[in-house]
Amino acid sequence: MNEDILLSVSNLKVKLNNHLILSDISFEVRRDDTMAIIGPNGAGKSVLFRTILGLLPHEGVVKWSPSVKIGYVPQKLYVAKDIPLTVAEFLSFKESNFDKILQVLGQVGFGKRENILKMKLGVLSGGELQRILIAFAVMGNPNVLLFDEPTSGVDLSGEETVYQLISKLQAEKDLTIIFISHELEVVYKYAATVLCLNKEKVCFGPPRKVIDKENLEKLYGEDIHLYRHH
Amino acid sequence: MSNNLLFLLFIGALVGASSGYLGSFMVIKRMSLVGDALSHVALPGMALALTFGFNPMLGALISLTLAVFGIWYLGEHSEVYPEALVGVFFTASLAIGILITPEPELFETLFGNIESIKFVDGLITIAASIIIFLVANQISKKLILGVVSEDLARSTGIKMQKVNLVYLVLVGLVVSLGVKFIGTLLTGALVIVPAASAKNVARSVKGFQILSSLIGVFSAITGILIASFLGISSGPAVVLVSIAFFVLSYFFRS
Repeated sequence: MNEDILLSVSNLKVKLNNHLILSDISFEVRRDDTMAIIGPNGAGKSVLFRTILGLLPHEGVVKWSPSVKIGYVPQKLYVAKDIPLTVAEFLSFKESNFDKILQVLGQVGFGKRENILKMKLGVLSGGELQRILIAFAVMGNPNVLLFDEPTSGVDLSGEETVYQLISKLQAEKDLTIIFISHELEVVYKYAATVLCLNKEKVCFGPPRKVIDKENLEKLYGEDIHLYRHH
Repeated sequence: MSNNLLFLLFIGALVGASSGYLGSFMVIKRMSLVGDALSHVALPGMALALTFGFNPMLGALISLTLAVFGIWYLGEHSEVYPEALVGVFFTASLAIGILITPEPELFETLFGNIESIKFVDGLITIAASIIIFLVANQISKKLILGVVSEDLARSTGIKMQKVNLVYLVLVGLVVSLGVKFIGTLLTGALVIVPAASAKNVARSVKGFQILSSLIGVFSAITGILIASFLGISSGPAVVLVSIAFFVLSYFFRS
């Protein structure tokens, strides 16, 4: 495997309960790339994520570079308010050194809000929870971060902050980023590469080159107007 | 206080502590009803043990272990958790258990009899409680991370299927420890009620686990003492004390 290539996926096929979810997916992710995965609801984006994380059975090849360390931020979590799990306890599952926890908290924008450590995970706002999940993912010094819709469950004012945070972390920590998004505007702004997915690969390459009318129609069909305005 | 009562209080405290600790996971995993129904499965095993003349705790453990593997298999291999099927299976176990339990022992197996606990049962309880605490402590973080998000836990390399199975085996073990003095109908309550009470007031997982174990201990000790002084069944007394703690905790919710 080329040193520069972090992830290589070829002829990937995923079936769940005898339904074909993904077929004939091949792509590569280069080191330090920022790759977005876009597609309509039911296109198999989250399934692709869970497959490359090794959580689902599949046919074909998913090959990570041997040096890879993955950090993963799942799609919006619903943590029940009555679960007495504090932020400090949650983060300590990944990192036992308290100073390192404080350091990462600072990196995700809670430098002046250490009292958040005593709060229950279930009472955090969408944006706060997302940043704590990012802190969890960043601990353990990963070199690739996977975000499943980083701003789902985050209000509009928080969305930009989450993407700015991801961008800042990438620059500071020399990270490769793979994220799922619904918003083309975000893809144009932050992604160097885009994988368009609708149960199979529709397009792959730099967003401004490969996202055109024809591919958008293949992706979204009659719903295309919902996405053009972004 | 007789030496025998002290011995029974010690054994009761150990069962209360282990049940409370394991129950803390069960309540936040939203598996309380499974925990309760699981205790009913002990009955056919105890009945067979009584019929063939071996230790009823061992009989309970065998039938609970089989049930635990069944629950685990259904949970891991079905898209939708087959709750109704689990309910049917457990009630069937209870019905069969009642039919095949020798009649003189039926009341005792359903509601427990502290007098029937022998020295060897005490030794088994001590050894099993140590195992339960050590193993549960080892898998504690993994279980709780799995409650937050199973995918997140698995992405960090945790084998959740294995962790869930180990946990359920521990629950089977703790229920089989409780059946002799609480009875098969009520043992599940000692797993769930202390944890539900502790959850009302706890502000952290660590506090939750410690408090749940302590409420289990106090419920067992107070219930056994009340049962001993009033000459009533220990099982209902222990469960009613734990429910008193639950009512009290409701007024101190965090």
